Parts: sequence; structure tokens; C-alpha cells
Amino acid sequence: MTATDTHRAIDAVWRIESARIIAGLTRIVRDVGLAEELAQDALVAALQQWPESGVPDNPGAWLMATAKHRAIDHFRRNKRLERKHQEFGRELQTQQEMAVPDFDAALDDDIGDDLLRLVFISCHPVLSTEARVALTLRLLGGLTTEEIARAFLAPEPTIAQRIVRAKRTLAEERVPFEVPRGAELAARLSSVLEVIYLVFNEGYSATAGDDWMRPALCEDALRLGRILAELAPKEPEVHGLVALMEIQASRSRARVSSSGEPILLLDQNRAHWDQLLIRRGFAALDRAERLGGMQGPYALQAAIAACHARALTPEETDWARIVALYDALAQLAPSPIVELNRAVAVAMAFGPAAGLELVDGLTAEPSLRGYHLLPSVRGDLLKKLGRFDEARAEFERAAALTRNARERELLLDRARACAGSSTPPAEPR
Amino acid sequence: MRFMMLVKHAENLSGPPPKELMDAMAKLSEEAVKAGTLVDSGGLAPTAMSTRVRLSRGQVAAIDGPFTEAKEVVGGYAVFELKSKAEAIEGALRFMELHKKHWPGWEGETEIRQVFGPEDFPPKA
Repeated sequence: MTATDTHRAIDAVWRIESARIIAGLTRIVRDVGLAEELAQDALVAALQQWPESGVPDNPGAWLMATAKHRAIDHFRRNKRLERKHQEFGRELQTQQEMAVPDFDAALDDDIGDDLLRLVFISCHPVLSTEARVALTLRLLGGLTTEEIARAFLAPEPTIAQRIVRAKRTLAEERVPFEVPRGAELAARLSSVLEVIYLVFNEGYSATAGDDWMRPALCEDALRLGRILAELAPKEPEVHGLVALMEIQASRSRARVSSSGEPILLLDQNRAHWDQLLIRRGFAALDRAERLGGMQGPYALQAAIAACHARALTPEETDWARIVALYDALAQLAPSPIVELNRAVAVAMAFGPAAGLELVDGLTAEPSLRGYHLLPSVRGDLLKKLGRFDEARAEFERAAALTRNARERELLLDRARACAGSSTPPAEPR
Repeated sequence: MRFMMLVKHAENLSGPPPKELMDAMAKLSEEAVKAGTLVDSGGLAPTAMSTRVRLSRGQVAAIDGPFTEAKEVVGGYAVFELKSKAEAIEGALRFMELHKKHWPGWEGETEIRQVFGPEDFPPKA
């Protein structure tokens, strides 16, 4: 192996092992920031030693053992942490007394729980949403600060600062490293799901920038979701979220044209939908259903996505069922955005006039004032009703509101298609 | 990034894989599922049960197996979603190490092929 190969191998090992190592260390040192530093120290040691010695047979165990030695050194240096040192010593002693020959097996016993604890601490409500996202990608996704910065189009020092502050906040607030129980669990879990779905959505329809999609971010979110589904297999909403992401991701290839423009759902070439992800999405939805979770907000949204995935052509879409699912969603989690989506489904099931009536009821909604999809949907319905001048004005308004360059072009195209034409223009591709 | 791993080996093996190997492979794939990376996998029936439909010299013909002339055949596949090719190599190394440990004398290879995704077709400006 050349030095470059070794460095590449170390990168890969880090990606595979870092979350488990940080989780295991956090349980021991009770400080996620310190745990990450120790894991990083071990990584530096690997970068120094492996090019000479070769990659060890069990690189994960090597990194963990090295990090633990660093932890011992750290506590020895910090006399003022004497009490903690003793606790830590006891823990190490207990571990040694277990004298398990297979280091991995000993680690594996608790590692699932430790990872789940790490998920919950990274998504803790004492942190801002932005901080939760950055910390989760960093600690669980194994992303570098630079990668996170690039994904969110933020300067690297901003993200680095955000992560440092988040770790400090967790330490100062003495946030326990634990899986919440009872009534707290539902609220904390929903914060975790929110963070993962936010990452997914930022990849799926980037809110800003030149690209319509950033597929790598979708993959990061999917991976986190799949990990969580194995860590918390009895939580139906986790499977609901995974189902939703798998099915949405299945359309990635079909929703961008070769020139980079977004292609709307009903205009997509369904042959380009990824059947493997659709199948996985259905399986996840099935798990949610068997756990009695079909009334959860993510499971409901996944069921809506599944209606589209099942339809071989747009005409076969079961819009009446989609309306019913949106009804349930609107009752469970009422929001103007859900109402807007419901209006679109109503228009498809019962005609554009019925949809427009609902959309018109939303135009005074303050929270939708800057939301480009409201005029975009309204423009679409007006166009279908042959009211081209009004439709054009709505598309132009929507174009002025979106922050995504690709989406703006699409909307301006649609506006142009309406201009000065009384015959129905072709659907934009 | 999506990768397909094709496991190739001589078809006429001395017998079924040792139980230790099967157990170790089951554990490895369980870990990969838990890590959110293994999205599909399968073992393939012997070439005696397979057929090749081939276009050659302007003729399309179906040829039934077994394909005794092939030194190594694809025996199984796995599909992973990973961050990099390096991660795929690391996974394949671990997979082959299990064979080395639990099935002395076995020879074969894991071929790593990237499956193109949306990120591999950057929009033409």
C-alpha cells in the first residue's frame, strides 16, 4: 500500500468507526466534546503510524484502544478532575475484570445503546436546530467540518464555531448521556427525526444556491435514518421517516433534467425512479404499519409518497386517497403548508376550481407570505382554468420569492409560457 | 454513492462454505445493515441453472449452463450506499479477510463496481 492508499483507508475506517468510537468514549468520559477530541487524537496517531506499520487487522479496535489510552493520560494530567478520574478508573477496572478476549464483542454489547445516546445528545433541545444538524452530521455522519460547510454553503469557520459552541453548551448544561424514557422520549425522538429530515430536505430541494439537489446530503440523511431504524426498531415514526426518505430519494434521478432544471413530479419519467429504494420504502412503511404507527406524521407523508410510487402513470394516481391522507395529516399536525398540499391533491381529485378555492383561503395566511410555492401552486391552478394573465403574475411572484436559482428559472419559464397566450401552453420540462 | 460488490470464485468448490464463515458473514452483513450501508444482497444459483442470451456474429442465441469454461463465476452480490470508494474497499477487505480466516484454501475476489447515481450526471451548462 502506498501512503496515499493508507490515508484513503484511514478516511474510510474513520467514516465506518468514528460514531461508535465517539459514542463508546462519551459513555466513559461523560463529555461528548472531550470524547471527540480523544477520538481525533487516535485518528492522528493512526495517520502517523499506519503508513509505516500498515493498517491493523481490526482498525476500529485499534482506534478505540488508542483513544482510551489518551483518555487515561488526559485524566492523569487533570488533577482537578480527580473524582472523575476515580470513577473512570473504576469503569476501566470493571472492564478489565470482564477480561473478554474478543475486544469487539465487549464493545458491541453496549455500543447500540451508546450510539442511540449519542443520537439523542446531538439532537438535544438545549441546542439550536442549526447546531443539532451540524453536530449530528459531524458525530454520527462522520462528516468533516469542511464537508458540512460545503453542504450548507456556509463558511467553514462558522460551522466549526457552531460545533464548538454546541459541545460547550452540552457540557455546561450537564446534559446527561442517556436515552430519554417515558413521556420525554416522544418529544426527544421527534427532535431527532426533525434533524434528520431537515438534512434530507436540504439535499432534496436545496433552499439556496445554484443546484436544485445535493444528493450526497440526501444519502447522509438516509444513512442516519437507517441507522436509527436499527437502533430504535420499535418506534413506528422512525420507520415512517425512513420510508418517506427512501421513496422521495427514489425519484432523485428523474427530477432533474440533463440541463439541471427541476422536473415536477407528474412530468417525471417514472422509468427513472429507483425501484430498489421504492421497495425499501414500502418495506419501511410496512414496519411502521405493523407497529400501529400509520397515524404518525412521517408515516402519513410516506403513505402519500407511496401513492405516487405505486402509480405506474400519473393518471393512475389515487388522488382521493391522497386527499384522505392529507386530511388526516391536517388534523394531526395542522399547518398552512399541509393545507396547501391538500389543496393540490383536491385539485387533482376534484378539479382545479375546487383546489383554487382552498388556495385562495390561504393567501391571507401570514406564515405563507414569503413562501414561493403558494403563488406557484395558485399560478398552476389558474393556468389550468385558462386564466393565463393571472397565472403569469403568480409565477412571476413565485420566481421573485424563491432563493434557488434553478427553481427561479423554471418558474420564469412557466410565466413566459402563459404570457400573451390564450391557448394552453406546453408543460415545461 | 452506490456500489455493487460482485463476489467471484471457482464454481466447483470442494463443498459448502464452513459454518464459521456463514456465521461471520451473517454478523458482518448485520453490522452493515445497522450502519445503514447495506441496501440489497443476494446469492446466485449455480450456472447449471442459468442461461446466457448472446448476440454474436449477427445471431442471437440462448445458451444453457453450466459454463464449465469459466474459471470464476459470480456467486453473489451486495449493493451498498457509501460515502466513498475507499469505504467500499475497506468493506470488501473485511469480507475477504473472513474467507481467509474461515475457509482455508478458498480463492476468489470481490469486484467493486460503482453504480452511477444522479451526482454522476452533472447538468450540462
